[in-house]
Amino acid sequence: MIAAFALILVCQLFGEVISELFDMPVPGPVIGLVLLFFGLLISRKPPKVLTDAADNLLMHFSLLFVPAGVGVVTQIDRLKGDWLPIAAALIVSTLLTIVLTAVLMSKLLPKHTSSSGVTATDSGSDAS
Amino acid sequence: MIDTDITQLWVYLSTKPLTGLTITLVAYAIGFWLYQKSNRNPVCNPVVIAIALIAFVLHVTDTPYATYFEGAQFVHFLLGPATVALAVPLFRQTETLKRAMPVIVFGVLFGSLVASASTVLLAWLLGASPETLASLAPKSVTTPVAMGIAENIGGVPALTAVCVIATGIVGATLGPMVMNMARLKDWRARGFAMGVASHGIGTARAFQVNETAGAFSGLAMGLNTMATAITIPFLWHWIFG
Repeated sequence: MIAAFALILVCQLFGEVISELFDMPVPGPVIGLVLLFFGLLISRKPPKVLTDAADNLLMHFSLLFVPAGVGVVTQIDRLKGDWLPIAAALIVSTLLTIVLTAVLMSKLLPKHTSSSGVTATDSGSDAS
Repeated sequence: MIDTDITQLWVYLSTKPLTGLTITLVAYAIGFWLYQKSNRNPVCNPVVIAIALIAFVLHVTDTPYATYFEGAQFVHFLLGPATVALAVPLFRQTETLKRAMPVIVFGVLFGSLVASASTVLLAWLLGASPETLASLAPKSVTTPVAMGIAENIGGVPALTAVCVIATGIVGATLGPMVMNMARLKDWRARGFAMGVASHGIGTARAFQVNETAGAFSGLAMGLNTMATAITIPFLWHWIFG
């Protein structure tokens, strides 16, 4: 477990260093993600301790958003000033993105030979 | 007498990092408990509940955010390693990726551009300030990455965090409804769209309903994280200098 966490931190550290060194706009952890992903591709079969450590970190991924989210208390004035564009952008743009992407992908994704489990058979009444 | 004792105790405690850390975990535990009690209704989002509870406590006790963050930073720190760890679920989708690589990459780039361009354009038309625009632009990717992007292009990371979480909730609650109205039935496409537009919160929702939708959502979320982290900063600096 310690080795797995160490490996994850090493990937992040390399990511931060690469991001800093080449003055890249991409955040260090994302470069770390790419590094680890390619490492996994090369190793083909990732060690169980590593996948367990990753799953544990991600199990309560949303908890990790809380401290940053509480930062809203420092943004009350800005939210008051820009509430309309923020609310509109959040709702309209998110739903627009969902519909357009879903339409595009349902046209482009290769059709499966067996359709079972791929489409909503109950006419999508209780769909995701 | 007792009042001043309690006040002094609070003054003492509030300077300890332990307090901020404990409040964070307790508030999230309450939020998660309510979420499960509500049959995992996405409206009862544990993150939103936790943020509201903590904001309330900070307001009542007149504690500055910086003091709270001294404790909460231990949780916040884990965002970096957790982002790196996203490589593992992404790796599990390698087979799917190989089978439809060009389509998936095109879909992610398309979704990423629609999400950021429509956000910035709409907010700009409605008169948002430049800092707000920069904070909103990366709203469809997972919080740590979105905050990093926002910081890079001159946004306010704290505002970004709030917008990202709100985006996830909008996608998870209203997204399926709009897709039903548009008569979209392919689970793969539906999941993919949820992952691109509303990151982890949308993915969690997709997994609850259909395994295939969840897998495609996770795949789209992971790739979109990388795509957006690369495209937004370059486009932003190119357009706005």
